[in-house]
Amino acid sequence: MKKFEKLTSAIVPLPIENIDTDQIIPARFLKATTREGFGENLFCDWRYDEQKNKRPEFVLNNPLYNGKILVAGKNFGCGSSREHAAWAIQDYGFNVVISSFFADIFKGNALNNGLLPIQVSDEFLISIFKAVEQDPATELIIDLEQQTVTLTATGAQENFEINPYKKSCLINGYDDIDFILNQKEAIEVFERKAD
Amino acid sequence: MGKTLVEKIWDAHVVKSDDGFPDILYIDTHFIHEVTSPQAFDGLRNRGLPVFRPAQTIATADHNVPTIDQHLPIKEELSRYQVDMLTKNCAEFGVELYGLGHPFQGIVHVIGPELGITLPGSTIVCGDSHTSTHGAFGCIAFGIGTSQVEQVMATQCLLQQKPKTMKIEVNGKLGQGVSAKDIILYIIAQISAAGGTGYFIEYAGSAIESLSMEARMTICNMSIEMGARGGLIAPDQITFDYVEGREFSPKGEEWEKALAKWKLLYSDADASFDEILVFDAADIEPMITYGTNPGMGMGISENIPSTESQITSEQPSYQKALTYMGIEGDTPLLGKPIDYVFIGSCTNSRMEDLREVAEFVKGRQKAENVTVWIVPGSKQIEQQAIAEGLDKVFEAAGFHLREPGCSACLGMNEDKIPAGKYCVSTSNRNFEGRQGPNSRTFLASPLTAAAAAITGRVTDVRQLLNEDIHA
Repeated sequence: MKKFEKLTSAIVPLPIENIDTDQIIPARFLKATTREGFGENLFCDWRYDEQKNKRPEFVLNNPLYNGKILVAGKNFGCGSSREHAAWAIQDYGFNVVISSFFADIFKGNALNNGLLPIQVSDEFLISIFKAVEQDPATELIIDLEQQTVTLTATGAQENFEINPYKKSCLINGYDDIDFILNQKEAIEVFERKAD
Repeated sequence: MGKTLVEKIWDAHVVKSDDGFPDILYIDTHFIHEVTSPQAFDGLRNRGLPVFRPAQTIATADHNVPTIDQHLPIKEELSRYQVDMLTKNCAEFGVELYGLGHPFQGIVHVIGPELGITLPGSTIVCGDSHTSTHGAFGCIAFGIGTSQVEQVMATQCLLQQKPKTMKIEVNGKLGQGVSAKDIILYIIAQISAAGGTGYFIEYAGSAIESLSMEARMTICNMSIEMGARGGLIAPDQITFDYVEGREFSPKGEEWEKALAKWKLLYSDADASFDEILVFDAADIEPMITYGTNPGMGMGISENIPSTESQITSEQPSYQKALTYMGIEGDTPLLGKPIDYVFIGSCTNSRMEDLREVAEFVKGRQKAENVTVWIVPGSKQIEQQAIAEGLDKVFEAAGFHLREPGCSACLGMNEDKIPAGKYCVSTSNRNFEGRQGPNSRTFLASPLTAAAAAITGRVTDVRQLLNEDIHA
């Protein structure tokens, strides 16, 4: 896993609630057997029409909006457990997803891939959407070490929560398997006791 | 202070619990399928690791398989490749596979219980969010991502935070035409598609206790549709009777030992839940969803809530859903013409579902404008349905009994609902495009779906149940 570093970036706003993993990456694209290339079909049915023409009204097709931070409405990532959703967002070029509420499995999958899900308050989320509506070039500073997200234009800042273990994984680029493989002995002891 | 059932099972499976770290949770049973496992097997190869406990890993092919002509090679190239990849991976890593053509093949959450692999008190994971189904047996069962599939393959463990617990009681007697599916659609409509996030839910109360195992699976299956990782029901005599004598369930002395342990699986009277909700079964009528998440559901006789009745900040998303569905607020869904009926998925594809539908459609004919697919949850269910002559009943009504798989629940195979068409579906998700690009889904019970198949419209099944078709 890549180490997560401090990030200053413009944002891509998607002010829709309950964005499910079938919107992020529709099931018909889950036939691939590798982790790469899902970004091409990120939000496919919102991004393209039936003829695969770009829908100009969708934010990813609007050249005004760019950046490595996706900002979405509450309950982002609900639905299936497909990790392909996190892979697609990351493969497209996002490093951070901000919402006022995340579905559990998506959040775990994102963290396991070094994609940082940041939960902010409803008010802060609205203030981000307002700022980017006024100026599409609006930037956010994401400081994982300090656990802060800051709107550069106004200096408005909010702290966010992250499990300390997961934080150290992201900062150091470790994953759960690296950690748990070191516990093999304890696992075998547990198995013998359970028998 | 007593413990909840979740806490009892959780604590019995913690390998290690250190401050500042998630628990290391031991996993008894790991189910895998073709869609979320290939990258995990690749991960093992890259790290040079074997599957740590192959005997506790069971594979089947379900998401991506055709539901006709399963004896022929899969036509669609990518699907065939993915299913072949599972076969190769299972052979290489020594994992038992119930693939296409095997008499045990079927939807992963249907075959586990059916084969007696799903046992009370165990921890079960699978790279599929509907793993919560197995909770019906009193298990901690939840869906995981592919990185975690790799983790369980490598170590038979998962790093997990202990979840919060919620108890949902449903008391009283269900009304005519109301089933387990209506109970769970009702609960989700009450607490929203995010209302259970962060919790494991224990379902209890007299209405739940009176349900069969198959009905309990329907309830637990949809726990994830309110955001909960898992849902479970304390095992009782109904559970033990279901498990006893199945292919892989414990036998003889082992059975007696297991049974003694399983009888201790309940939440203590003084256990404390983080949240408790209580519902009355008498308030539940046949349910249907109208929108694009499972929380957008209502009693079949009700009107679709208007956009104006929603919280201001949520009105744009709400209106987007109604526009997608081609419906308007403040109008009923009853009488709305539909195009497809899908009876299947890990929610409602078991023997009882098929029997209930067959009983209802006997002597009736489907409406001309409707295509009806019945997709059994497993090869064993398909064979049993044929043995009971249900296939003939379905045929006479104009329905088609297909072969087992996930099918039109997620439209990964050819079973897709065409753009703009309406499907009354017994599956679990009504997301935009879930059943095929631009398809429109109304989630309902098998009975409500069967009623829609007969009339060609969204129908209150209670009206048909009161009609004497043989008069």
